[in-house]
Amino acid sequence: MTTESARTLYDKIWDAHVVDRQDDGTCLLYIDRHLVHEVTSPQAFEGLRMTGRSVRAPERTIAVPDHNVPTTWDRENGIVNEESRIQVDALDKNAREFGVVYYPVNDIRQGIVHIVGPEQGWTLPGMTVVCGDSHTATHGAFGALAHGIGTSEVEHVLATQTLIQKKSRNMKVEVTGRLAPGVTAKDVVLAIIGHTGTAGGTGHVIEYCGEAIRGLSMEGRMTICNMAIEGGARAGLIAPDQTTFNYVKGRPHAPKGAQWEAAVAWWKTLFSDDGAHWDKVVTLRGEDIAPTVTWGTSPEDALPITATVPAPSDFSGGKVEAARRSLDYMGLTPGTPLTDIAIDAVFIGSCTNGRIEDLRAAAQILRGRTLAPGVRGMVVPGSGLVRAQAEEEGLDQVFKDAGFEWRLAGCSMCLGMNPDQLAPGERCAATSNRNFEGRQGYKGRTHLMSPAMAAAAGVAGHLVDVREVFGD
Amino acid sequence: MDKFTTLTGIAAPMPLVNIDTDMIIPKQFLKTIKRSGLGVNLFDEMRYDRNGNELPDFVLNQPAYRQAEIIVAGDNFGCGSSREHAPWALLDFGIRCVISTSFADIFFNNCFKNGILPVVLPPEAVDVLMEDARKGANARMTVDLENQTVTTSDGVSFAFEVDPFRKHCLLNGLDDIGLTMEKAPAIQTYETRMAQSRPWV
Repeated sequence: MTTESARTLYDKIWDAHVVDRQDDGTCLLYIDRHLVHEVTSPQAFEGLRMTGRSVRAPERTIAVPDHNVPTTWDRENGIVNEESRIQVDALDKNAREFGVVYYPVNDIRQGIVHIVGPEQGWTLPGMTVVCGDSHTATHGAFGALAHGIGTSEVEHVLATQTLIQKKSRNMKVEVTGRLAPGVTAKDVVLAIIGHTGTAGGTGHVIEYCGEAIRGLSMEGRMTICNMAIEGGARAGLIAPDQTTFNYVKGRPHAPKGAQWEAAVAWWKTLFSDDGAHWDKVVTLRGEDIAPTVTWGTSPEDALPITATVPAPSDFSGGKVEAARRSLDYMGLTPGTPLTDIAIDAVFIGSCTNGRIEDLRAAAQILRGRTLAPGVRGMVVPGSGLVRAQAEEEGLDQVFKDAGFEWRLAGCSMCLGMNPDQLAPGERCAATSNRNFEGRQGYKGRTHLMSPAMAAAAGVAGHLVDVREVFGD
Repeated sequence: MDKFTTLTGIAAPMPLVNIDTDMIIPKQFLKTIKRSGLGVNLFDEMRYDRNGNELPDFVLNQPAYRQAEIIVAGDNFGCGSSREHAPWALLDFGIRCVISTSFADIFFNNCFKNGILPVVLPPEAVDVLMEDARKGANARMTVDLENQTVTTSDGVSFAFEVDPFRKHCLLNGLDDIGLTMEKAPAIQTYETRMAQSRPWV
């Protein structure tokens, strides 16, 4: 039953940030944290310069280069690609000139913006967080309202620390029960998108809940929320709980002392009330979710690893032609078992799966094993601190012994803006978030999956069910 | 930002569903620090071969559609990355209006910031407009923002919904940062209040 005063988590965070409301419902929303990277910000800073405006709250603005930076060990010698170098230099200049918080390329804290924010304690429950990047949804794992914006909006936030917004609808995605062994957060979110489609969340903010979600670590929750955008929702949310507080406590920019107590007291009020109104509800059984991979060129093309490549005739409407195009692009024949698909490359990293827990999961599979002949592998930690942690645990050696390249932090082959790209026709088991045409390189072929599944595929030389081959 | 009032022009049919922003403007063109000049690379990997030669089958390479100002697209146009380079590339090519059954949220927003009108219509209406667009250069479609209608070359009209505030900004070519700056006192009041109630932020 819906009650008038009952609110969702999204409603509560929204209400706490409304600065001004127009008669037509258009609101001015206050932004607590603005994350900035080099690709979507230069035109915004230039806009400020041209209009003589300044950054309203530089202490709430955190800049870090990630998309263009080389991940090779010689990067301290500078960026070879001129356009990339100009873009990173522009961020460096803009960050210093406008006085925002900044982690340059050679700072150990540099990394993918969505990994750095939580790691440094900039991202806290109940906040509004934006960035000129669609994977800003990641921060929703903390119970923060976080979403991507365009460059015009980046300029708007820089100048005013607010965003003009209309409220989205509320969608609940519940994953009940427990996950089977070998099934991870990545499998859960791919299964959700496979179920709802890439436009299933359009116009909505998704709150992920249920026992299976509750049981995830913060790393796993970030993986889930990260891909909310792949399901069409600008933002995903998970209500903060003790797991969240434990992760946040002690981070450099987390509140301390009495402020910590006050913050936690407020954070504990951040949950969806019984009787709150949901515009859309989707429920999945955690026990039903298998290790999941994508076969096509949309994240909704997700299937259990036990399935076969579908045929265009399995679909209806515009998806028939899209599936035909995908199969052609991916070089796949309907009816082929997914486990028969041979791969050429493995990419472990990205804002979806570039955190320490992801590297541990992949390393666990790879310990004492090596990449199949002819398969190349690359591990790109999500931040300098993730890399340092992994090296302290000896994971770098596990990867190197298995035949992987061990790299420096950045977005890397998730989108290949730096030299890390697939060659035409090359097929990759990737822990990233998008399998779009050309995403990882011109004519490159991407299969999305979890770090354990990607590592296992690397060892086998083809897609493989991690539970069968390497199960305990 | 240029005003958008009424547009009569050639519409290009792109029935493919889930056209993402990586397709609209691939990553290698995001390295610019300017907003202009992206039109030549609009839909780059669908439009050119590896050597930069035009692929004759691609709709915008066909003589009838080289001057298109409208795109009639399949479901969920503009999904994926938040890159505003996508509307910048469309605009630079000359596209001022995209019509579909649905758009991804961030792309939809970004259009309004750049004087591009995204029009959402039901599948039956988009089907009719897609057929009209297939007629080529002689069939000019009219998009009237003031009256919120799209009219085919043979006079069939469809009414569409648009957010009143966004309509107002588009009709008048308004810069919304300027509008928000006028609300600086309200922002200041909010910040003062939050410094008291949530000082850790």
